[in-house]
Amino acid sequence: MGKARTFARRTFLIGSSAIAGGVAFGIYATRKPHKNPLLGSLADGEATFNPWVKISESGITLITPHADIGQGAISMQALLLAEEMDLSWGQFTTSYGEPAPAYYNTVLAGELAPFDSHDTSTTARLTRETLGAVAKLAGIQGTGGSSSVPDSFGKLRRAGAIARETLKLAAAQETGIPVTQLQTENGAVVLPDGTRRSYTSLARTAATIDPVTEVSLRDASTWRLIGQRQQRLDIVARSTGTEHYGIDIAMEGMRYAAVSVNPRQGAGIASIDSTRAQQSPGVSEVLAVTNGFAVIADNTWNAFKGVKAVDVTWSEDTPYPDDQEDHWQAVDDAFDDAFLDKEWRHDGDVPTALESGDAIEREYRAPYVAHQPLEPLNAVARVADGGVEIWCAHQLPRFVQQQVAKTVGCDADDVIFHNQNGGGSFGHRLEFNNVTLAAEIAAQLPGTPIKLTYTREEDFAQDFVRQIGMSRGRGVVRDGKIEVLDIDIATPSVSASQTERLGQPPAPGADPQIAAGAWNLPYAVAHFRMRAYRVPELAPVSSWRSVGASTAGFFADTFVDEMIHAAGADPMEERLRLVSRPESRAVLEAVAAMSNWGSPLAENRGRGVAFVDSFGVPVAEVIEVTQTPAGIRIDKVYVAADVGKIIDPENFDNQVKGGVVWGLGHAMNCEITFSDGLKQQSNFHQHSAMRIHQCPEIEVRGLELANKIRGIGEPPVPPAAPALGNAIFAATGTRLREMPFNKTIQFV
Amino acid sequence: MTTFSLNGKPVSVSSSDDTPLLWVIRDELGLTGTKFGCGIAQCGACTVLWNGRAMRSCQLPLKVVANTSVTTIEGVGTPLQPGPVQRAWIEHQVAQCGYCQSGQIMQATSLLQENPEPSDADIDRVMRGNLCRCGTYPRIRDAIKSAAQYIKDADNG
Repeated sequence: MGKARTFARRTFLIGSSAIAGGVAFGIYATRKPHKNPLLGSLADGEATFNPWVKISESGITLITPHADIGQGAISMQALLLAEEMDLSWGQFTTSYGEPAPAYYNTVLAGELAPFDSHDTSTTARLTRETLGAVAKLAGIQGTGGSSSVPDSFGKLRRAGAIARETLKLAAAQETGIPVTQLQTENGAVVLPDGTRRSYTSLARTAATIDPVTEVSLRDASTWRLIGQRQQRLDIVARSTGTEHYGIDIAMEGMRYAAVSVNPRQGAGIASIDSTRAQQSPGVSEVLAVTNGFAVIADNTWNAFKGVKAVDVTWSEDTPYPDDQEDHWQAVDDAFDDAFLDKEWRHDGDVPTALESGDAIEREYRAPYVAHQPLEPLNAVARVADGGVEIWCAHQLPRFVQQQVAKTVGCDADDVIFHNQNGGGSFGHRLEFNNVTLAAEIAAQLPGTPIKLTYTREEDFAQDFVRQIGMSRGRGVVRDGKIEVLDIDIATPSVSASQTERLGQPPAPGADPQIAAGAWNLPYAVAHFRMRAYRVPELAPVSSWRSVGASTAGFFADTFVDEMIHAAGADPMEERLRLVSRPESRAVLEAVAAMSNWGSPLAENRGRGVAFVDSFGVPVAEVIEVTQTPAGIRIDKVYVAADVGKIIDPENFDNQVKGGVVWGLGHAMNCEITFSDGLKQQSNFHQHSAMRIHQCPEIEVRGLELANKIRGIGEPPVPPAAPALGNAIFAATGTRLREMPFNKTIQFV
Repeated sequence: MTTFSLNGKPVSVSSSDDTPLLWVIRDELGLTGTKFGCGIAQCGACTVLWNGRAMRSCQLPLKVVANTSVTTIEGVGTPLQPGPVQRAWIEHQVAQCGYCQSGQIMQATSLLQENPEPSDADIDRVMRGNLCRCGTYPRIRDAIKSAAQYIKDADNG
């Protein structure tokens, strides 16, 4: 036993060995609940009923373990707990809590299964359950894949109900009144005579009794909070400059660090002379870190200046092609049987059908793009007494512990991680370089808290970008209809790139993200084939808001649109004719109605529609554009999405609009390109996506027909690019087959 | 030591003359509402009012700030008493991650001082230097219009 063994258990395997392990552990282990991490730190008189609720005489704390990176996860989690607990806004505080297996994500792993999100077949269900069991055993706590809502929806309401019923039991014990005669309301147990016992006053008694286990959840018709517009818990802080992010941390004795790591990601240092930097004002140390160096100073600015004063020559041993054209060539080369990752779909007989008519062939491209949330990467770390304490915003808290432990050579149990609010992420805070670099530096200066802040240029240079990709479509139209669709998509595997950096074995089988949003199109086309090709790793890539669907959704929907136009059909009517799933049809019909589809537009205007289903959420978007002398202006976007149940319409609206802006801005304006092994874009003057003057009006409608609840952070992104391209084609006759569109066409 | 007025009060700081105001405010004075985003005046996260007008504090060396007046997000209101622009931002629930919003609010404050009834085109022109990666622009437009109304109401009241 001992430390090595513990560490091994904490190494979260998401590859083949984990699946084998999950089966081996058996049903007992997978059903056994994880320990409540709140039990370890309870004060006298403080009660906890489960990992999400803590209560004492002085207040109620709700644990919201999903990271808030702007998507409103704290408020959403608190709302679900408060709904069943009968709490009102203002009656509790929230905390991310400490990383713990109890906070494992119940749905994320299942979504990695190679099945359509809507597939409820036994095989799909069993695979998801197996992956879910593995996630539970490994205690994989994570925020991503638009999974926070589906993960939390049942779990947190149940946790709230347990807290409520246990508090009632405490009141029953104190008063002698049977539980059945007690009610709860507004943070208190109400006795039959109307007397109120506040939850906090019951904490001491509640702490002495076992939590109730049998609870029933409230009927949807009685919900007070779910489905109602709320004021986000953090909105006042975020409007007054009083919100605290990781980058705002300050502590006694803290020193400031900046780093420079070889921008040829993965290559090292050829030579370094830090003499000048050592004499730079405020600089105390220049330290070696993996593939680079760190400068320690008395403030952030002096650390930044110190970095510039180091004379460094980087190794030019780039682990990927030096120049952009070679990246494209590698993608192009992957359309070959040797690189076939999976044929995801083959309805009818595509090869024969292709020979039966004049096939239309088209090719599409999507570039690398950067994450670049507005808060640059940062982390505060302190190494002392054989352990590490670390502060930053992160979507995978327990992996932070694991990566830091590996970096400094301690046990993951000895890494204390304090999650912070993130100033955006879009997938950026799934990576670990800021974390491990801060730990590397802090390990060299034991006892001193080190605050590492990236310059924006360093953040661009070290960003693990969105996958590059290409697609080739072949199709046949006949009698005004699409008869054949044959779509090949080639991209590197994001999940392979991410798991390799984690030191994990690659997930077995095909990567469902390469053709996500494409192969699962709910279109009844007689001959429909979709093949995904895996490009061998080029530049390291990572999950970027909506992941595979951000590229595959653009490819597939644009090709569908081209084929509809080739058939001489109406883009909306033909999609509606093809669509086979009611929720998908409903979102298309919704945007058709919202946009008054078919109504006449001026000569210089155009309207486009796109539909993509990603993360289980069907989303349709109609975009209207005008061709002006100054370029294309996006006038209006209509969006309809079905997430089954909308938790908070206000936040839903904001997330959908943000997703559309994200999708449009990058499709219009952004790419990361390589030259001599270096990214050619270094800051927001070269890669800022959308700014306010390009932002259209956006009208949002949320539908609730689906029987399963889903998240909305990512699904609005993929249809934005094809809807815009399709609208521009309608307005101008120019078909845009490569992002960013501003390579081909000018925008206002 | 360099002295200037910060949110209406005199402050003396010891950062070197070339230190951008942004880092003086954040690291030496510990006021963290003003954010670092790009360091090259391309995102607007660090926007403050300098002698009453919106400026990127990452571009203002301390020596230029000596004996001048600076207002940060903390100087235009508090959580309990938000200023009119902040109030509009709260009511429209503009923020997602919120990281750019201090800069957006300071830029909007400056806009409304100079142009109490901005059109959409005015808003686009003045606010385009303030980047929001979360995409809150539609709400920023609405909030600026509400803030204009609040300011007008307060002036008339």
